[in-house]
Amino acid sequence: MTDKGILIKGLKKRYGKGDTAVDALKGVDMQVSPGEVVGLIGPSGSGKSTLLKCLGAVIEPTEGRMTLGNKVIYDNGWKVNDLRALRRDKIGFIFQAPYLIPFLDVTDNVALLPMLAGKPNADSRKLAVELLQALDVAHRAKAMPSELSGGEQQRVAIARGLVNRPPVILADEPTAPLDSERALAVIRILNHMAHQYETAIIVVTHDEKIIPTFKRIYHIRDGVTYEEAGEGRVFE
Amino acid sequence: MISLAGRDIMHAWGKFVFTGVGLGLLIGVTLSMAGIYRGMVDDAKALLDNSGADLWVVQKDTLGPYAEPSSIYEDTWHGLRSIPGVAQAANVTYLTMQVRKDQRDVRAMITGVSAGGPGKPGWPPYLVAGRHITRSHYEAVADIATGFALGDRIQIRRNRYTVVGLTRRMVSSGGDPIIFIPLKDAQEAQFLKDNDVILQQRKRTGENPAFNRPGTPGLLDAIIASQSTNPYVNAVLVKVKDGYGDEAVAESIRRWKRLTAYTRSQMEEILVGKLIATSSKQIGMFLVILSIVSAAIVAFIIYTLTLGKIREIAVLKLIGTRNRTIAAMIMQQAIALGMIGFVVGKITATLLMAPIFPKYVLFEPLDSVRGFAAVVVICILSSLIAIRVALKVDPAEAIGG
Repeated sequence: MTDKGILIKGLKKRYGKGDTAVDALKGVDMQVSPGEVVGLIGPSGSGKSTLLKCLGAVIEPTEGRMTLGNKVIYDNGWKVNDLRALRRDKIGFIFQAPYLIPFLDVTDNVALLPMLAGKPNADSRKLAVELLQALDVAHRAKAMPSELSGGEQQRVAIARGLVNRPPVILADEPTAPLDSERALAVIRILNHMAHQYETAIIVVTHDEKIIPTFKRIYHIRDGVTYEEAGEGRVFE
Repeated sequence: MISLAGRDIMHAWGKFVFTGVGLGLLIGVTLSMAGIYRGMVDDAKALLDNSGADLWVVQKDTLGPYAEPSSIYEDTWHGLRSIPGVAQAANVTYLTMQVRKDQRDVRAMITGVSAGGPGKPGWPPYLVAGRHITRSHYEAVADIATGFALGDRIQIRRNRYTVVGLTRRMVSSGGDPIIFIPLKDAQEAQFLKDNDVILQQRKRTGENPAFNRPGTPGLLDAIIASQSTNPYVNAVLVKVKDGYGDEAVAESIRRWKRLTAYTRSQMEEILVGKLIATSSKQIGMFLVILSIVSAAIVAFIIYTLTLGKIREIAVLKLIGTRNRTIAAMIMQQAIALGMIGFVVGKITATLLMAPIFPKYVLFEPLDSVRGFAAVVVICILSSLIAIRVALKVDPAEAIGG
């Protein structure tokens, strides 16, 4: 059984009850294949964050179905017992701000996830350093987050998202605080990592600079998604 | 797994140490309060130890001679010597007053000891300098805490005394240093009236026809002599012969002499349970208040530190950190803060506060262990509020939206 890629069918989320109920998601369909990076675009209040929280197993959808590879994780109810372990092992998160743990150095920020999963510290750090090398920030491995530039911090955050080799990565506005050059560099890295580790990456963004890089884009409006082919431009 | 608490502390060690020092000063005051209480108890025990007595014989139905006034006739000791089991009996008087030397005065307990020497009940058991009292009048042995030196001339009431010996840890139950003087001098000092009162008393007695009868020569002189001497002492200190039980001898004294006799354990109960009971309750209240304040401070600090990490905690929870890992991080930080505080507090109390404190401060190792355990428990309890806040953090906060 493979756990690569993610498939969402008819996902709904309702907040509140009765007259005050709000339908944030009204039946989202989405499919992201292993190695693919898709964009999720929509105005404020369209349901992006709600969808991200449902995908991230942070909040429970009202109904619908979510499948990781061949494994159903939600079908009108969670089908996994330990959502914390699901988030740790199967889903990577990259945030708008890097949100690195300020009291851990770069290596341990990345190595923390495998450590939490029970891997020995030395093995976890080895994994972290490999990823930091791949993301070209290994030279800052012993630095504290406050000593890094914005771009370096975001690359470390990407390394943290990837370190447990999750089949899905949810990136919430990962390029928002970066200039064009660094934003495109981050997208290049995500594409490279998606390809290398067969990861399905969903990038929530408003960033006009990076929208042309996606081959497929999901627009979300009033809780409903619409798929669109992207330009898939490659910026060197 | 790495220690998140340890890393956080090392990252912000300055803030932690500074906070720990502040907390430590408070813990230092708390430990000092406990030390003051122990010092009071030790002072009371030292008074009993140094008296060299097995029994204290005092006025009937009083808690004398320390907790209540007691007055018994000075020749009572003769009768006590005839009680089976009594090895030694010696009169003693106690009077707490200001003792003058030049321009300064010291609060001290004047103890009148009957003629004899070291080993007799009431006498200082050892000296650190000089010699014991050898004359019947105007010599004194002073505790070193009075600040007096050998050869100093001190004034007690109208008389001046020469300090011929110095001793150590001879204190009253209130912590006042003891000055030993001959019994007769102490009796005089205890009941001495001023000259005007003596003159008026003699005049009144002389004008009283009942005391100044023309046909009874010498009556007036005898009455005036009896008025101007003090034949009373506060207590008789008794040493019990080997082979006799203290309580059995005390019971004989109570039965046959119609006096009250206390054994060592009864006297200790009077001193600790009654004489310093109010002080110990006050100190106990201070300890409770300081413990509550310490707990509130630790709780507030840990709560504030946790609030400052809400986003990081949300991220940690989102990426799969167990609640118990986060709770352990907060609790370990609270305990670390308490440990820093305890070390600083112990050093402060022992090296800075105790030497300059006017009362004897005694730190018992077991109290330190208890204090440390209390600090750890307080820190654990104080961290619960912060842990509750941390565990309520929604991992969704890391995503925003």
